[in-house]
Amino acid sequence: MAYDKFTILTSSAVPMPIENVDTDQIIPARFLKATQRKGFGDNLFRDWRYNGDDTPKKDFVLNNNIYSGKILVAGKNFGSGSSREHAAWAIYDYGFRCVVSSFFADIFKNNSLNVGILPVQVSAVFLDKIFSAIEADPNAQLEINLPEQTITILATGEKESFDINGYKKHNMINGYDDIDYLQSMKDDIRAFVSTSQY
Amino acid sequence: MSNNPSTLFDKVWDAHVVRKIDDGPDVFFIDRHFIHEVTSPVAFLGLETRGLTVMFPEKTFATADHNTPTINQHLPVQDPLSAKQLKALETNTAKYGISHWGLGNPKNGIVHVVGPENGITLPGMTIVCGDSHTSTHGAFGAIAFGIGTSEVEMVLSSQCIMQPKPRKMRINVNGKLGKAVLPKDVVLYIISKLTAAGATGYFVEYAGEVFENMSMEGRMTVCNMSIEMGARGGMIAPDETTFNYIKGREKAPKGEAWDKALAYWKTLKTDEGAQFDIEYNYDAADIEPMITFGTNPGMGIGISHHIPVSQEAGSGKASYEKSLNYMGFHEDDAMLGKKVDYVFIGSCTNGRIEDFRAFASIVKGRKKADHVTAWVVPGSHIVEQQIKDEGILDILTEAGFQLRQPGCSACLAMNDDKIPAGKYAVSTSNRNFEGRQGPGARTMLASPLVAAAAAVTGVVTDPRTLL
Repeated sequence: MAYDKFTILTSSAVPMPIENVDTDQIIPARFLKATQRKGFGDNLFRDWRYNGDDTPKKDFVLNNNIYSGKILVAGKNFGSGSSREHAAWAIYDYGFRCVVSSFFADIFKNNSLNVGILPVQVSAVFLDKIFSAIEADPNAQLEINLPEQTITILATGEKESFDINGYKKHNMINGYDDIDYLQSMKDDIRAFVSTSQY
Repeated sequence: MSNNPSTLFDKVWDAHVVRKIDDGPDVFFIDRHFIHEVTSPVAFLGLETRGLTVMFPEKTFATADHNTPTINQHLPVQDPLSAKQLKALETNTAKYGISHWGLGNPKNGIVHVVGPENGITLPGMTIVCGDSHTSTHGAFGAIAFGIGTSEVEMVLSSQCIMQPKPRKMRINVNGKLGKAVLPKDVVLYIISKLTAAGATGYFVEYAGEVFENMSMEGRMTVCNMSIEMGARGGMIAPDETTFNYIKGREKAPKGEAWDKALAYWKTLKTDEGAQFDIEYNYDAADIEPMITFGTNPGMGIGISHHIPVSQEAGSGKASYEKSLNYMGFHEDDAMLGKKVDYVFIGSCTNGRIEDFRAFASIVKGRKKADHVTAWVVPGSHIVEQQIKDEGILDILTEAGFQLRQPGCSACLAMNDDKIPAGKYAVSTSNRNFEGRQGPGARTMLASPLVAAAAAVTGVVTDPRTLL
């Protein structure tokens, strides 16, 4: 499924200073019953966001309208647990294009890149600076520059670089995905299979 | 063959790289692909949208497990959304000629139980599935890990995925395990030491006497939970225990093919002097029956211990307090004696015959506590049959337990097996995340022996006192 190209994103951000946010929180299993990729954003963080009677929980950050933007900023070890890509779909469908954390779980990071969400890993110190900037001004703007691989807190000018491999970076900037690449390799794959053990 | 000493992981990984991309991932070939009803429909939809087909249908195996009821499986599935997903799996597999063990098929069961028990999982393979507990298959010396739905589509359409090679970790556990200490306790102990993120970015090899002496069922339990410390997967070098388990299984090699395979499998071990990026050593004697008290699998302690205060816990104070608040527990609480409302034995972690044997060893001659609701769920029909054949069903029935039908069940509570809000469950599954077993459910992860002890006493109980 094609996704929007990603170059430079300037946006306010939604702060979630919680560690070990697992994919069961991002999208609980009971919402995985769809056979199409539609509407997952409505159930993003469902049980943190809504009471049992579907009324919004006032103290949850997504229900606080002073915060908005295309960037989610979360505590360390974001996206642990289940491999469900539905977690990345829910984040994308809600409107986020970038998640910033000091540490990501592996499968979530892969899934994000595959659906067009940029995972930006920063130092714990820089993460704290971002949280402080948002605390000082809920509308604080962050600039994510993918070609330069930098994240900047615009109000203070504080900046940090982040890692992404060249292949994935090229894909994100151009809106390509791995399936396009693999389809171009079918002859190599057939040749490989003819020599494989299983 | 190179003379440089290499690890088991390197041997298997390097044999599956179709192309290395500069400053990018490896194009990685997949020998076996398992699919189930929840993470595959959108991948099949993707194939159609792009006009692609399945490149090697004989390398993919489907089973229905996540969404299936564990009672009355002969009746139509009542939840219309679940029924639609199950139907989609049936239709998609039929369309592309993929093997499908749907509901009611005698081979049906949890994907990570049926793969090994039918000889689909073999040493040296690369195995993926849209499920993070695919790491289970590493018990056979395979590289096995969970993938997302985009990657399921990649495997269907090209039999490859794009993967950066993880770093290498070895975890050695030597010595002799104490009374009532099971493989589940070993892995919960390791995760409690390394934390829920401690192995992120790594692929683990488990080594040492404890794993050498472990059954295949036990090794599967350990490898299964590798993901719970963030590792992509975990593996154990194949040995006689592995070969004996595989021999004679339906899809295992036979005759000459067996001899040839066996010769290859015997090369699958880490060479003396091979380097790991990081290594940990633990002593089996330090491990006691474990239980978790928080909302990630790293929050586990020996069952006789008290809940740590936040300064000792190694995570931020706010997150730690949030976790204890959710559980309704406090710092320094004893775990022994805490009331238990539900007990769940089953899942891809502890849904194999050995787990039910352990459970039965404690419930035999005792009765289920009146206030406890127990869900006893075999991992497959084959396990279900073993439970009957070995007389375990009689023991369970006598003690007031009912045997349900196979499936993932209360491990992730996609079907009706949900723990109600606020209730406490001792569960042999793999995750104690908030709401994992139902909205508001409070999960304590433990071994089948600890689960049995809780089921008959109604409180958290040290199984050593009942054996």
